[in-house]
Amino acid sequence: MNRPPSSLTWHRIVLWTALGLFAAWFLTPLYVMVVTSLKDMDQIRNGNLLSLPGSLNFASWSKAWSQACTGTDCGGLKPYFMNSVMMVIPAVAISTTLGIVNGYVLSKWRFRGSEVMFAMLLFGVFMPMQVVLLPMSQILGYFGIASSIVGLVVMHVLAGIPSTTLFFRNYYIGLPDELIKAAMLDGAGFWRILWRVVLPLSTPILVVTLIWQFTNIWNDFLYGIVFSGADSKPVTAGLNNLANTTSSVKEYNVDMAAALIAALPTLFVYVVAGKYFVRGLTAGAVKG
Amino acid sequence: MGALTIANVRKTFGQVQILKGIDIDIEAGEFLILVGPSGCGKSTLLNIIAGLELPTEGSVSVGERDITYAAPKDRDIAMVFQSYALYPNMNVAQNIAFGLEMRKVPKEKRDEAVQRVAKMLQITQLLDRKPGQLSGGQRQRVAMGRALARDPKLFLFDEPLSNLDAKLRVEMRAEIKLLHQRTKTTTVYVTHDQVEAMTLGDRIAVMNGGVVEQFGTPDDIYARPATKFVAEFIGSPAMNMLPAVRAGAGVTANGVELPTTAAQREALAGNKAAKLTYGMRPEAAQLSSDGLAGTLRFTEPTGPETYATVETPVGLLTLRVPGYMTAKVGDAVHVKWNAEATHLFDGDTGKRIG
Repeated sequence: MNRPPSSLTWHRIVLWTALGLFAAWFLTPLYVMVVTSLKDMDQIRNGNLLSLPGSLNFASWSKAWSQACTGTDCGGLKPYFMNSVMMVIPAVAISTTLGIVNGYVLSKWRFRGSEVMFAMLLFGVFMPMQVVLLPMSQILGYFGIASSIVGLVVMHVLAGIPSTTLFFRNYYIGLPDELIKAAMLDGAGFWRILWRVVLPLSTPILVVTLIWQFTNIWNDFLYGIVFSGADSKPVTAGLNNLANTTSSVKEYNVDMAAALIAALPTLFVYVVAGKYFVRGLTAGAVKG
Repeated sequence: MGALTIANVRKTFGQVQILKGIDIDIEAGEFLILVGPSGCGKSTLLNIIAGLELPTEGSVSVGERDITYAAPKDRDIAMVFQSYALYPNMNVAQNIAFGLEMRKVPKEKRDEAVQRVAKMLQITQLLDRKPGQLSGGQRQRVAMGRALARDPKLFLFDEPLSNLDAKLRVEMRAEIKLLHQRTKTTTVYVTHDQVEAMTLGDRIAVMNGGVVEQFGTPDDIYARPATKFVAEFIGSPAMNMLPAVRAGAGVTANGVELPTTAAQREALAGNKAAKLTYGMRPEAAQLSSDGLAGTLRFTEPTGPETYATVETPVGLLTLRVPGYMTAKVGDAVHVKWNAEATHLFDGDTGKRIG
């Protein structure tokens, strides 16, 4: 039935050319970043932006990681990167877990007012988060967790709950109610049903949510500069400091290497789990 | 007190009354059918028995125990759902054992139960498969196995055959009947299919608009329908219903006198109904050389018999004629039937007169 086309037809060629051009267009900046990070300063000054480096030189990568100056400190991106790791893991885990429970309740254990609650949660998805900066800093200060990684985690969890809830709720709506009823008659309670019946069916949406939350939290800059202290800045804030620290010469190779270091985790996540991401976004109801 | 007693159960959603006072009582081991058109409240009633919904008023008891407000898991009830609701992430054996596992039955006992049930339903070779790898009929069996494994006091079926194709439906219907004969578990079975109702039930509750129109044995329901609704709902093709009026002691429709029994005439005399409905089952009438004259309008041969629709002075009549019919559409025919096989209903209230 489904035969591969026997030969390249003209519209195939047009299609592939167009796709190739688009891909090249979007990949060029990445290419420039990679080659620049591998050149030394002389090559950068004398060469062409697109030319390949003379030799593979990872000096700027190690400088960006551990020696580059960000303001007055010259410890590279490493401490910031570690801050981001310490922030992103609990923030993603907690916001996703709460999203699972919320979505499960709002779809399968409705109660009086649960629809109103869901509608209000949706506000959180669409609200520009700049609105909460001032009140949030007051609250974090009140609890004594402003300017700390804990404060950032709390902020990201709160900001993430609306979207994680939305994801899981909309996915669980597609699970047949009869599954839950059958499990109830089989003697399982709220948590058992979630753990034994609902969660095992959640892989696609779980992957989507994890990627979504990881990318958002890792790439966040706004909360990162507003709610962090001197030693709790995430990698995005560190990168900004690194690129804006002026010394006698602008070290493009170090800047590029630093930017790549900051972007690697999200790139990695997409490459590893990207196909689940698309699959999860398009997955409809689960067939029993 | 029977095995299952439903007393004055009412259910309202806001202003809408779904169930308007249901009373049903069945004995242990009986097979109760709840049958009716969509929206009659039969599934709501089943959910109330299962504990998935709570009644607004009234009570449900299993044996001596009032379970009206008990949690579903504490009711010792198992249910087979229309969509089977098998857990897609578990294999067949795990599906069947899940209820036992939740009740903390030890592993060896669970395996034993799985084997016993699988043997009974002939699904032993499927135990390692996931539900997604099973056909509709196999899923149906697994769903029944899951219910059987726990050996519950009460079995509930929610339209379990409606997702199967016609041939499989007939097979599974027979299997359910055999299964019930072997296990003798008290069963409540919801369906909208009157054939399933008649073939499976020990007792049938015909429901309409939130009330039980008639509660009785299949024979009662068929031979002595309590209301016009029951008479029309049970039986295929549906009973012929003729608007009729009194004429002396008897009954006429469009000026034609209709056959009645002495008992019917007596019942009529003791009744005040102004308008009447005269019912006659399609199998009660024959084509004959004398009787009511009419014209054959169309025929529907089914093989063993033919449904013939005849236009007569009293209206269109459908007949079940054995075998293949020789008469052609448009032919003049005569229709004759026995007074014993007819039913009289009050034309306004629909209640049976005789």
